[in-house]
Amino acid sequence: MTIELGHFALILAFAIASVSALVGLTLWRRSDSRAALYLQQAAILQFLLIAAAFAALIQAFVTSDFSLLLAFQHSHSDQPLIYRITAVWGNHEGSMLLWVLILVAMGAAVAAFGRNLPRDLLTLVLAFQSLLAAAFSGFTIFTSNPFARLAPAPFEGRDLNPILQDIGLAIHPPLLYIGYVGFSVCFSFALAALISGRIDAAWARWVRPWTLLSWTFLTLGIAMGSYWAYYELGWGGWWFWDPVENASFMPWLAGTALLHSALVMEKRNALKIWTIFLAIITFSLSLLGTFLVRSGILTSVHTFASDPTRGLVILALLACFIGAAFVLFALRAGSLRAGGLFAPVSREGALILNNLLLATATAAVLVGTLYPLLLDALTGRTISVGAPFFELTFGAIMAPLLVILPFGPFLAWKRGDFVAVAQRLALAAGLALFVAILFFALSGASVSLAPLGLLLGFWVAFGALADIADRARLFRADMGTSLRRLFGLPRTAWATAIAHFGIGVTVIGIVSTSAWESELVTAMQPGANATVAGYTIQFDGIDRTEGQNFSGERGTFTITSPGGGMRTAHPERRTYSASGMPTTEAAIETYGLSQLYLQLGEPGDAGTSVVRIWHKPYITLIWLGTLLMACAGFLSLSYRRLRIGAPKPSSARQEAAV
Amino acid sequence: MTRKQKRLAVIGGLGAVLALAATLIFIALRDQIVFFYSPSDVKERAVAAGTAIRLGGLVKDGSIERIGETNGFIVTDGETEMAVRFVGILPDLFREGQGVVVEGTVGVDGVFAATNVLAKHDENYMPKEVVDALKQRGEWQREGGG
Repeated sequence: MTIELGHFALILAFAIASVSALVGLTLWRRSDSRAALYLQQAAILQFLLIAAAFAALIQAFVTSDFSLLLAFQHSHSDQPLIYRITAVWGNHEGSMLLWVLILVAMGAAVAAFGRNLPRDLLTLVLAFQSLLAAAFSGFTIFTSNPFARLAPAPFEGRDLNPILQDIGLAIHPPLLYIGYVGFSVCFSFALAALISGRIDAAWARWVRPWTLLSWTFLTLGIAMGSYWAYYELGWGGWWFWDPVENASFMPWLAGTALLHSALVMEKRNALKIWTIFLAIITFSLSLLGTFLVRSGILTSVHTFASDPTRGLVILALLACFIGAAFVLFALRAGSLRAGGLFAPVSREGALILNNLLLATATAAVLVGTLYPLLLDALTGRTISVGAPFFELTFGAIMAPLLVILPFGPFLAWKRGDFVAVAQRLALAAGLALFVAILFFALSGASVSLAPLGLLLGFWVAFGALADIADRARLFRADMGTSLRRLFGLPRTAWATAIAHFGIGVTVIGIVSTSAWESELVTAMQPGANATVAGYTIQFDGIDRTEGQNFSGERGTFTITSPGGGMRTAHPERRTYSASGMPTTEAAIETYGLSQLYLQLGEPGDAGTSVVRIWHKPYITLIWLGTLLMACAGFLSLSYRRLRIGAPKPSSARQEAAV
Repeated sequence: MTRKQKRLAVIGGLGAVLALAATLIFIALRDQIVFFYSPSDVKERAVAAGTAIRLGGLVKDGSIERIGETNGFIVTDGETEMAVRFVGILPDLFREGQGVVVEGTVGVDGVFAATNVLAKHDENYMPKEVVDALKQRGEWQREGGG
């Protein structure tokens, strides 16, 4: 019964969203407030209905109601409670419903927090959110109904794919989807601005919290996905430049550009056309990502069973939304007037360079991701574009960005003084050079580009510290004044520095782990020793292990670190009883910032086991850096919340409209 | 500089960066892509030893053998067979009779030296390239590869 109620709630939400979109798009010009009020209430209603539908789905999974086809296909009563819940979105239909849930949640948030927006803009934004909600809830209902029933109900389900039975599934997709779908608000704002002609600094201020929110969650989602793939897939890799990964990375790059260009628009009323364009592009890339992931059109290491016919429907939706957005953009962009003037060497100039490089990097990733599809369609040849392509192009585009990054926050708006900034950054540059050389000397010579990469990482990190130190007049004023200034800095200044510092940290992690990683594959007898990067690993043997819904072999290894400390590690090979599917569980031991990664192979004759051991120096920095970036996002968001409530109208026209 | 000259300089700068990036992408696309071949393709096209390719097909029944950490198996597309050598741990779902994609190079001895055996997350999933290659060779029996 609850399942039918959930299905009904989904259909009702679809109907309400369709009507809202129609009402909003036809009546936004009206001066009375009824249309806006209706759309606000409808947006909240859509959220409540989809939430109810999602709750119904969760309830069926938790109680193992296998009369629900989806639960039968992707769940099992032996699964621990947390995996019975996460199984809801560990499949196509359920994850689409999660996507729609977050979409309408964003719409409801706009309705709840957007009371101070000009009425026509609010009406249009909610109308476009409703249009998206109608399209994607319609897609869910008509092509991927999660509420399909099965009669008679089977006694047991087929089990969730064992690789997905992990806490990663509980965290990664929701975070990633909030990021992806959050950009829909920027998209709706962009279209609403194009139609209503309200494109000014105030617009940028309204959009920025949404960009920031989506960007922060997308950062967390990508980082979490990367760490999950790292420990769960057992290949020791943390990024494969796989189409599915690129699909999430492209909106991130474009979103990062948007975050920076909106700053210029907010402060200087310039880059208006470009910012609107980026807002459209960012969400289009999110949609493209959804299409690539859900259609299975590209071969990916992360592909789960998917259905090409649904892919065609998503492609059609994609073409409609993106196509319409660009037509609108083309029609209206010409009517925009250029904003403030500035010299090439200025904060604006640095941000434009940032945008140019980020946009080019996005384009390079897009080309690399879609080229195999294109070539296959045109010539029938099957190719793959792998890591070497992306490392070459993406690396070459990112390097100059990292070089200029520390200059940006130091430059003044309108006209900056390059020489003065260079002087203030000299200490940071010297320190970065010194530490990079020291690091390199201690770690031993390796790949030729590694020292340069390290230098860049340290440069960015120290540059961010220099920014904070400079703002607090550290070493130039007395300590008391400096401390007072340090605590008095606006949170956005801290956020900028922390995010940039995080990028430096991530770069250092990436470079050191790719340059100084050591790997060993060896067949070991119980009692045998292996040595990797100064760590001695002794194989003690294999015993049986039993879990709630799996059984398997568990290896025992004693690791002696170079410092003399001893630890025991247990990599496993599991077979899940319901599906009979095998998985390996790597054992990861963290030493400081570095990790030792053990993977157990199939047992051979006479108790031998093949063991693969990696030493990954400073690999945790990769994720620590992204966590810093996300913290910076939240920090900035917490500051901004005070201001979203009451944006000041920036022009006479707005005052007239309010 | 006048405003017009300034704007021209900026546009010129942007154009230069974009042109550079486009050249880079073009060169990378020419040199860094990896072609997918079935064992028959490798034979027909006489792929030179040392070329990095992706090889796809079915793992031949009874062909897996393991000596220490070195795995040997045969990839077949029904017409041609190719021996593959891989040092490391094979993916969990690597099985005889199932589809597989391996990355590596054709050795001088004609044995394919794999650097990577691509895993699947899902038992029903078959790499799209393998499905296409098998269809081409008339070896495809199952409808809808998942």
